[in-house]
Amino acid sequence: MEKRVTFNERWLPYLLLGPQIIITLVFFFWPSGQAIYQSLLIEDAFGGNSKFVWFENFAQLFRDNSYAHSAQVTVVFSFLVAAIGLGVSLLLAVMADRIIRGATGYKTFLVWPYAVAPAVAGVLWGFLFNPSVGIVAWMLQGIGIEFNYVINGNQALMLVVIAAVWNQISYNFLFFLAGLQSIPKSLIEAAAIDGAGPSRRFWDIIFPLLSPTGFFLLVVNIIYAFFGTFGVIDSLTKGGPAKATEILVFKVYNDGFRGQDLGGSSAQSVILMIVVILLTFVQFRFIERRVHY
Amino acid sequence: MVENRPFLTVLGHLIVLLGVIIIAFPVWMTFVASTHSQQTMLQSPIPVLPGPHLIENYTKVLTEGYGRVGSTPVLMTLTNSLIMALGVALGKIAISIISAFAIVYFRFPGRMYFFWAIFVTLMLPVEVRIVPTYGVVASLGMLDSYSGLIIPLIASATATFLFRQFFLSVPDELTEAARVDGASPMRFFWDILLPMSRTSIAALFVIQFIYGWNQYLWPLLITTKESYYTVVMTVSRQANVVDGVPSWNLLMAMAMLAMLPPVLVVVFMQRQFVRGLVETEK
Repeated sequence: MEKRVTFNERWLPYLLLGPQIIITLVFFFWPSGQAIYQSLLIEDAFGGNSKFVWFENFAQLFRDNSYAHSAQVTVVFSFLVAAIGLGVSLLLAVMADRIIRGATGYKTFLVWPYAVAPAVAGVLWGFLFNPSVGIVAWMLQGIGIEFNYVINGNQALMLVVIAAVWNQISYNFLFFLAGLQSIPKSLIEAAAIDGAGPSRRFWDIIFPLLSPTGFFLLVVNIIYAFFGTFGVIDSLTKGGPAKATEILVFKVYNDGFRGQDLGGSSAQSVILMIVVILLTFVQFRFIERRVHY
Repeated sequence: MVENRPFLTVLGHLIVLLGVIIIAFPVWMTFVASTHSQQTMLQSPIPVLPGPHLIENYTKVLTEGYGRVGSTPVLMTLTNSLIMALGVALGKIAISIISAFAIVYFRFPGRMYFFWAIFVTLMLPVEVRIVPTYGVVASLGMLDSYSGLIIPLIASATATFLFRQFFLSVPDELTEAARVDGASPMRFFWDILLPMSRTSIAALFVIQFIYGWNQYLWPLLITTKESYYTVVMTVSRQANVVDGVPSWNLLMAMAMLAMLPPVLVVVFMQRQFVRGLVETEK
């Protein structure tokens, strides 16, 4: 889409674009270029000397078991975050949509977790499940479950999933609710007149009509699980125990800043960049041609 | 609803109510913990109802902070967070509204290149390119400064797109009228476009304020001086110190204070918030 009426000025548009372009060049293109360049170098352990090694860093990553493990953790983690997050928020949205009176009141009580920082969300859930004072851990102990996320990898993964889902639930809820409210009431009424009960109406009419929103949210949630959950993981588990919760973006940080392995970390950055670009592409495709059945 | 099914309505209320309670539970426990003494919070099971130490705990945290790893008064970290959140939100709005204006209302060589250069920044969150970005900021001497906290985060395309979208929907007749009356482009921008964009600006402000306030990794990396610590990173730092006797009451008071400002913004500006959320994702 283009404007029909425009202004004729020679320098003004460049001046207006200037700040954003300069910031983008300095803090976006320069570092991204450096990441790509450094991913082709191996730096001496004593610093200073670096050697150009083409794709050796990448080859090393693909041979590295800990990288494969981290990729696997990321896939499991994102799947759980997306599946649980979408399921729970869809249920809440469908129920809230049924209730006409009080729906806005409930909305206020469901939107605020979005405002809580992921790192703080991690601290909150860590407190609830803390092995020595956590109230939920205490209740679980009461029914015979020993919960200690500090030493048990599966429990740690479960806890970061819960915290991550909690943080994202209001976002999913709002989009599902908006999607539900945009479905024409006449369709539902027609189906009801034809004798379809509530669950039949949900699966045959509402669910298919909601699929564009669902696909959109699926991609957003995967992107969120990949990159937005750094704070949750860093304040809860730091990738542990025994790397059970070390997702890819955490490994970039860990190898780069803790391990000082610049080449390896940059190679991981480059791989993640490709993943984000692919995901964004998928997202745009779906928004362009909203899938309808 | 299309028919009256009391059972389903009751079930709906119950499920949503249960959801609300489960979602609020962690914050309730955080609040409860922040109102007890340190001793109470060390015995399991911990209480589930508020205690008498609310004012005492919050005053201590705000003015002295509490310290196992250096105590930074929370009042200071809150101020830093506020500066950072406002800087990010206003900075993003300012640079992107003028660049959207340039892209929509002018024809000039290289326009599409600039457009795409901004567009690609949509794709890469700062976490992905964190190591080299740190290097760039360090070499510019921007570590431990507000500009280092704020400026690298305002390079993002979402706001530019939002304003572009909005400008495209502004009727051409307004531009024509302004041109006939001899208004310069900047005059048109200040007197017509900017006042019309108020709702978009408000919506974007809410989203970006929360984004800026909740930043964690970035301030963690580039600040080493306590006088630049933000409240979110301080909470997480203190929570992760393992040695010594944990002061859960003070830690949780700090967490409450870190959550309060953005949550209040969302609750009181709910309409702008929802609008901003939906529009930035278009």
